[in-house]
This record gives sequence, structure tokens and C-alpha cells, in this order.
Amino acid sequence: MSLIIGLGVILVLFILYLIFRIGNLVGLVKGTKKEEEHPGNNVHGLLFLLFCVVGLAAFVWYSYVNFDRYVLPIASEHGALTDHLFWITMVITVVAFGLISLVMFWFTFKYSYDPKRKATFFPDSHKLEIIWTIIPAIVLALLIFRGLRVWNDITAPASEQAEVIELIGQQFAWTARYPGVKDNQLGEVNYKMIDAVNEFGLDLSDKNSFDDFKSLELHLPKGKEVHLKIRAKDVLHSVFLPHFRVKMDAVPGMYTNFKFVPTKSTADMRAETGNPDFNYEMACTEICGKGHFSMRFLVVVDEPEDFEKWKASQESWLKQNPDYLVKVPAALREVAMIKSGIPVESNTGASTPTQTVSISN
Amino acid sequence: MATVDIHKQEDVHHHDDHDHEHGHGNFWTNYIFCQDHKVIAKQFLITGMFWALIGGVMSVLFRLQLGFPGANLSWLKPVLGGWITDTGQIDTEFYLALVTMHGTIMVFFVLTAGLSGTFSNFLIPLQVGARDMASGFMNMLSYWFFFLSSVIMFTSIFLSTGPASGGWTIYPPLSALPQAMSGSGLGMTLWLVAMALFIVSSLLGGINYITTVINMRTKGMSFSRLPLTIWAFFFTAIIGVLSFPVLFAAALLLIFDRSFGTSFYLSDIYINGEALPNQGGSPILFQHLFWFLGHPEVYIVILPSLGITSEIIATNSRKPIFGYKAMVGSILFITILSFVVWAHHMFVTGMNPFLGSIFTLLTLIIAVPSAVKIFNYVTTLWKGNIIFTPAMLFSIGLVSFFLSGGITGIFLGNSAVDIQLHDTYFVVAHFHLVMGSASFFGMLAGVYHWFPKMFGRMMDDRLGKIHFWITFIGVYLVFFPMHYIGIAGFPRRYYSWTNFETFNSFADLNMLVSAAAILTLAAQFIFLFNFFYSVFRGKKATSNPWKSNSLEWTTPIHPGHGNWPGEIPTVYRWPYDYSKPGAKDDYIPQTVPYSETPESNLPHENDLIKLEMEDNDAIVVEGNKH
Repeated sequence: MSLIIGLGVILVLFILYLIFRIGNLVGLVKGTKKEEEHPGNNVHGLLFLLFCVVGLAAFVWYSYVNFDRYVLPIASEHGALTDHLFWITMVITVVAFGLISLVMFWFTFKYSYDPKRKATFFPDSHKLEIIWTIIPAIVLALLIFRGLRVWNDITAPASEQAEVIELIGQQFAWTARYPGVKDNQLGEVNYKMIDAVNEFGLDLSDKNSFDDFKSLELHLPKGKEVHLKIRAKDVLHSVFLPHFRVKMDAVPGMYTNFKFVPTKSTADMRAETGNPDFNYEMACTEICGKGHFSMRFLVVVDEPEDFEKWKASQESWLKQNPDYLVKVPAALREVAMIKSGIPVESNTGASTPTQTVSISN
Repeated sequence: MATVDIHKQEDVHHHDDHDHEHGHGNFWTNYIFCQDHKVIAKQFLITGMFWALIGGVMSVLFRLQLGFPGANLSWLKPVLGGWITDTGQIDTEFYLALVTMHGTIMVFFVLTAGLSGTFSNFLIPLQVGARDMASGFMNMLSYWFFFLSSVIMFTSIFLSTGPASGGWTIYPPLSALPQAMSGSGLGMTLWLVAMALFIVSSLLGGINYITTVINMRTKGMSFSRLPLTIWAFFFTAIIGVLSFPVLFAAALLLIFDRSFGTSFYLSDIYINGEALPNQGGSPILFQHLFWFLGHPEVYIVILPSLGITSEIIATNSRKPIFGYKAMVGSILFITILSFVVWAHHMFVTGMNPFLGSIFTLLTLIIAVPSAVKIFNYVTTLWKGNIIFTPAMLFSIGLVSFFLSGGITGIFLGNSAVDIQLHDTYFVVAHFHLVMGSASFFGMLAGVYHWFPKMFGRMMDDRLGKIHFWITFIGVYLVFFPMHYIGIAGFPRRYYSWTNFETFNSFADLNMLVSAAAILTLAAQFIFLFNFFYSVFRGKKATSNPWKSNSLEWTTPIHPGHGNWPGEIPTVYRWPYDYSKPGAKDDYIPQTVPYSETPESNLPHENDLIKLEMEDNDAIVVEGNKH
């Protein structure tokens, strides 16, 4: 079968080659009588103009008809600002693009070769050059200053009241760590303490770590400032929340930060898009290995009170992994049990000194 | 007129007969270890074409995955072997290897070595009026280092663990840790070795280009009379010489991190159940070093093409290039600015946001000289007398790509807007148009335009035009739809998007893009056929087929080593005296003195006649002394 296809392809190529040869030979014979200097030249000017007009029309038509397909609804405060700037830039650039293209391809059409005409010797014009240096400079300056104001607001430090959430990227999954309802402080971490269970590398000598809890969904409160503290365990990753216009790399060895205010709950968005199954998602946008394309993390935006309820309902990491109580310094162990929600009575037996020793050995 | 024609044809014969006896030395010194810049240029060109084909085929392979996900590709098994899974899919890691090698090959091996290597080498001595490069030997070394680099990079494709796969930007830790992906093993080592050799090649070439332009211009060829091609090659070489060493440093530190346990880029890493001892390094440092080359590299890729285009558009519009000084000025300005915009690739990498503000400002400034260039090209077309040679078609195509791709840079350069667009298909569309396709078109335009000078024959005009139209439309069909996909947030370097509800659309556009990519690649075979056919059987070229002013067309049709058989001609005027009012022809070559063209001289040019006379006297005097 593939042999036949192969032979067919070779045959077609051979026929094409023959056509080319014959065309050449005919051209040679014909060429003896002097004809026009550049045969078929002006077709290309026309084709360029046609290409430009058809292309621009297709561009406008497709952009208009499919608008809702390629524009994601906005679900954050700063997203409205950056999108606004995006669309201002779009209007300016599309107008410039359309005008310059039309003018250029009109020229290629209008000034196609004509033996009767001579080109105009027009080597320079200071006035023109100054005009088209200054106009783009001014337009760009306006865009820059608008952009920088927005940028500075977005990248300003998060407020004290912001809801702090830690996001951790690893090959090829995300995890989130919440500071816990008791102290609302993220505990210290140390990458050398990471093991198969302690995937955060929680440093259990820090009392803030006791009530921290892990989540495999990113829950966010609607209308409240969220401060994402982002890190990576192995290679670079990047947090991308498309509906919130949030993107920030996750870098091993340092925290990166992004603060924003979600404005629409998942339920709001389901109503707005008319899609009852709508879900916010988080993706990875920095190449991180073979599973790069699969690092999906579900995002849920709750009403503030639901968010608080959800947080209160989560079990602390320490409670889920009581074995790690032994890593807590003895003096803090009782605090740890209270903060993590491990019932003190039932666990006193489990944490008798003898047993502690046996585990730590 | 007729007598002139006959005379020219005699010339053709004369040189043809002599051509084979011309070169002294044997096959090895004439074609392999040759120090003639023209032969080295052809070596770069052929190698570049070979790489372009590989890079192009790779892109079609991963476009198959993106455009037709789930299609059974088992028929590729005989070629790709284990990289095609048992279910007939492209292996996910191989997908990344394809993306990585496509980028590396196209940016460095095709559009840097293939473009600068070919045209800087070929045109600088011919257009400034020199017998060869300042150092023919270094020039030869430049090619052979590139060849060695190519061999190593090519070998890496056949490794069982695959070639480098961490993206052409090879960001550590991914590229530093063999346990992070299989391509970061031996494939990455070979990548780094190949790139180190590549940098050596590029520096040897660059130093030669700069020296030749500064020191070896013929009499009368002042800087203000240089064709814009030479200006572009000159600044490109300067950018390369200043920025490639930084990539070398970055690569060296990465080699240390990979092989000698240092921690320049590594810190706090837990991978494969093991906490690595490295601490205190920063992956961001690598990104700064990489983009300190990486961004100027973009201009290394595009400037030569802009130079080539300037020359071709002026010649075929039969008009002087509009705003010669502004063109030179904008190249100079772009050159300087290209060194201070690198961090716009890093707005959301965790770099200090204040730096983001600075780099937004600097980045958008660089849009101004780029815009000036576009306006000047358009004005050059205005009231011209345009001859659509294939080279001219590709040059106009370049301007169109440079416009449509450049304009999206205004979005990406603005840090606030970049947050959403960074690392999406919007970026892919942007740079493939503005630097990829535009430079590629410049390269093709150059080949079509200077083919007669390279091989003494003409390429087929019709095939060239068919090649242009398929490629031009094809490229737009490939990259224009990517803007929509990018605005919708689709991240780049994704094997598939079906894991996400958010990105679970645009299968139609992706299929269109892939189909167009296949079509565009197929059209390149028309070019390859045309090229090789014409080398051997093309129509014999005349000495100045495009009626161009610049110096290379004053050489014999088959210039030997040394370029001009007699004395190197003297230059009297700039290369853009096309359609000068009063002149008999619509072009006046650079070698025609003002004293011979009193009918077309501008007032200030008449004053130059006296200087010309003095210069000629000076020669006579010198001649008498000897």
C-alpha cells in the first residue's frame, strides 16, 4: 500500500518536473522574439492588494464572530485594568496595522512597473521622518505610562489583611498550603525536611506550622485580597490563572508573590457563562518536563463566608499525619496537639516517652 | 545598446572557459578548506539550508500532534522508532525535544549562521570593495567550527535519551538535572558543547566582518556610501561579538552546575525523593545571562534581513531607499537598545517588579526605530517603478511580517499586559512573525537576489514566484490564528490541551495551522528544486541582472578569489542613485564619477567633482613614484 503511494508521489513529482522542463523550453523558443520587459509583473501588485483586502476582511470578520470564544471572562479586579489596557493597545495597533498594510499594498499595486514611467527620486524628507518618529513615540509613551501605573499597583506588596496561600509546584502537580485558622500564619519550611509524607518540608519546630493544612484544590474568597506565595520543589513552574489574569513563575530556592482580588465566585461564573459545569483552573506555563501539559489544579472561588467555613472544616496536616508529632520539640508538643486539632486525651498514650524514642530511633 | 549586449555575452563565455582552470590548488583547497569568502558563504548557505529543512520537518512533526491529536502516527515508526508510542502517538518527552531542537536549530543554526554566515561573508568584501575578508584563515575556521558544532548538535538528535528538551532557552534547573527529564542528560551536554563551538564560530566570523568593514573599504567607499546591507551586517557583528560571550559564560556556569557540583543556578531542590545539596544559587541569574544574549540575538537574526531588504527594495523600486541616514540611525539605535531590553522576557519570573518597569520603558522605546524602518520601506515603494522579482516579493513579505509581528510586541513589552500573554501562543505568533518568518524571508530574498552573483546563473523566476505566494499565504495562515489561541490563554510547549476545560477549544484553528504548516513546508521543496536545478542548469546570468548600483555587480560573472581581476574599482557615490532626474538610465553604479554625469548631479555633487579630480591626480602621482 505504502509502496503504491510512494510510487504515485514519485510519478507526480516527475510529471511536475516534465511540465517545468517543457515550460522552460517553450519559454526559450518564445524568448527569441522580444516581448515585454517583465512579463506578468503587474499581476503581483494586484495579488498583494487582493491579499491585503481579503486578509483584513477575514481578520475583522473572524475577530467579530468568534469574540466570545477567544476572550476569557475576567474574574479579578486588576484583570479588568490589564484587559482594558490590552484592548486600548489593540485598537491603536489594529488601526495602525490596517492603515500601513493598506497603504503599502496599495503602493505595490499602484506603482507596479511601467516602462513609460520613471520612479520619483525622493531620497529623504526630514519633516516626514520627524513626524513618524514623534507620533509613535508619543503613542507609546502614553501606553507605557498607563501600563506602568497598572503594573505598579499589581506588583505592590500585598496588604496585611490579605489571605495568604502558599502554592507549591513540583513535577507534575500543584499543592496548596493554607496557614490554618488558629494562627493564620504559614509555618516555616525547609526543603531538607521534605520526604514522601512531609511534602511541604514543614519545619515542625515552628509553632505556626501546626495548624497549616494542605489542599488539592485552590479555594479563594470572593472579594477579598489573596496573596499567593509561590515556590517550586524541583524545577521552574509557573502559576497561571487565566480567568484572573494571574501569572507568576514558581522558582526553587525563593518565594515569588502575586496578589489579586477575585471578583466572581465559581457560582457567579457558572451563571455568567451559562455553563453549569464551569470550573476555574490553574495551569503551568513554564516548561517543566514531560508532564508539563498535565499540571491542572482546580480552583474554586467561594463567597467569603463559605470560604471561612471551608477553611474551618479542613484538617490540619499534622492531624492527618500524627506520626510527625515526634518531630515537634517536646516542649511544644501539647501546643501542637491543640493547634492541629489532635485530641489531647486520646493521644497522650500514643506520645509516651518510650514510644517516642522507639519512633525517633 | 546591442553592441554592449554582445560584449557582455562574450564576457560570459570568456569567464566560463576560464572558470575551471582559474582556481589553482585542488578540490580540497577550492571547495572544502577554502579561504575565499565566497566559497565559505556558500558553505554556510548549504549547511543552513540543511538545518532549515530539519528544523522545518521537526515543526511539522509537532504540529501533527497539535493539529491532529490522537491521529495514528505509526507510519512514522520506521523513522522515529521508539519516539512513537505503541498507540501511534508522539512521546511527550520527544515532543518537547522537537520543540527545543526546532527553536535551537532555527534561531542559531539557520537564522544566525545560515543568514549572517552566508550574506555577511558573501557581500561584505564584494560590496565594500575588498579582495577578501581581513583574515581568510579565521573565516575558514569560523565555518569549520560551525561545522563541528553542527555535527555534534546533529548527533545529539540520535541519542536514545533524546536531544536537549528543556526549551531552546534551556532554563535550569530543568536543563541542569538529568533526573528532571531524559533530554537533560547526554543530550544537554552535547547541546552545550555544540553551542560553545557555535559561539567560537560566531565570534571568529564577527571579528572578521567588523575588521573588514572598518579597514578594507575601497577608495572612495566612505561609511556614508556603504550599502545598507553592510551597515546591517556591521552592527549585527558588533552585537554578536558583545553578546555571545555572555551566553558562553552562562553555558559554562551551567556546565559547572551539571558536572562539577557547583550551585550557580541551583538551590533548595528536592527531586526524585532526594534533597540536593545545592544551595544559594538562582535560576533567575541564568535567565538574566541567557537573555542578555537572547534578546540581542533576536536582532542578530533580523538586522541582516532588514539590510538585505533595504537593498532589494531600493533596487527593484528603482528608487533610492528613503531616509538612508534614518535607516542607519535606526539600526544603530536598535543595536544600542538591544542590550538594555533583555529582561522583558522575564516580567513574571519573580524578578524585582521595579526592574519590570524599567524594562517596559526601554522595550517600548525600541519600537520607535523599528516603526521608522517600516515607514521608510513603505515610502521607498511610493512612486517607485516596482519590478516584482522573487527577491522583491520576499522583501515586501518581510516588511509585512515585520509589521504584523512587530506590532504585537507593543502588547508584550508592556509588563502589565504581558502578565496574561506571557508564555502563551500570542508570544509564539509574535516572534515567529517578527523574527522567524521575517528573517527567513530576508534570507530567501537574499538567495534569489544574489544567486546570479554566487553561481553565475539565474534561478527560475516563475518557480520563485510560486514559492513566494504559497509561503507568504502559508506563513500567515500558520501564525495569524495563533494570536486568537494566545489571547484565549493557551500556554506554549503543551503537548495537548485536553486536560483543561479552559483550553478545550480551537481544535479547528489548530488543525488549520497544522495543515498550513505542512503546505508551507512542502512549498520549500519548490525552492530547493529551483536552487539546485539552477546551480547546474539555470539560465546564464548577465553581469548586472537587476541593474543594481552596488559594487558586487562590477565583478566578473564568475569572480575568482580576489573578486576583481584588475584593480579594485573606486567608488564615487552612494549606492542608491536610482531614477535620478536627468540621468539617461534609471541607475548609476557607484563606480561612475560625478564628472561623468553632469546632467543628473545635484548642486552639492558638482562640488565633489573637484575632489574627485584631486583624488585621481593623487593616484597618478603615487603611480609615478612606484
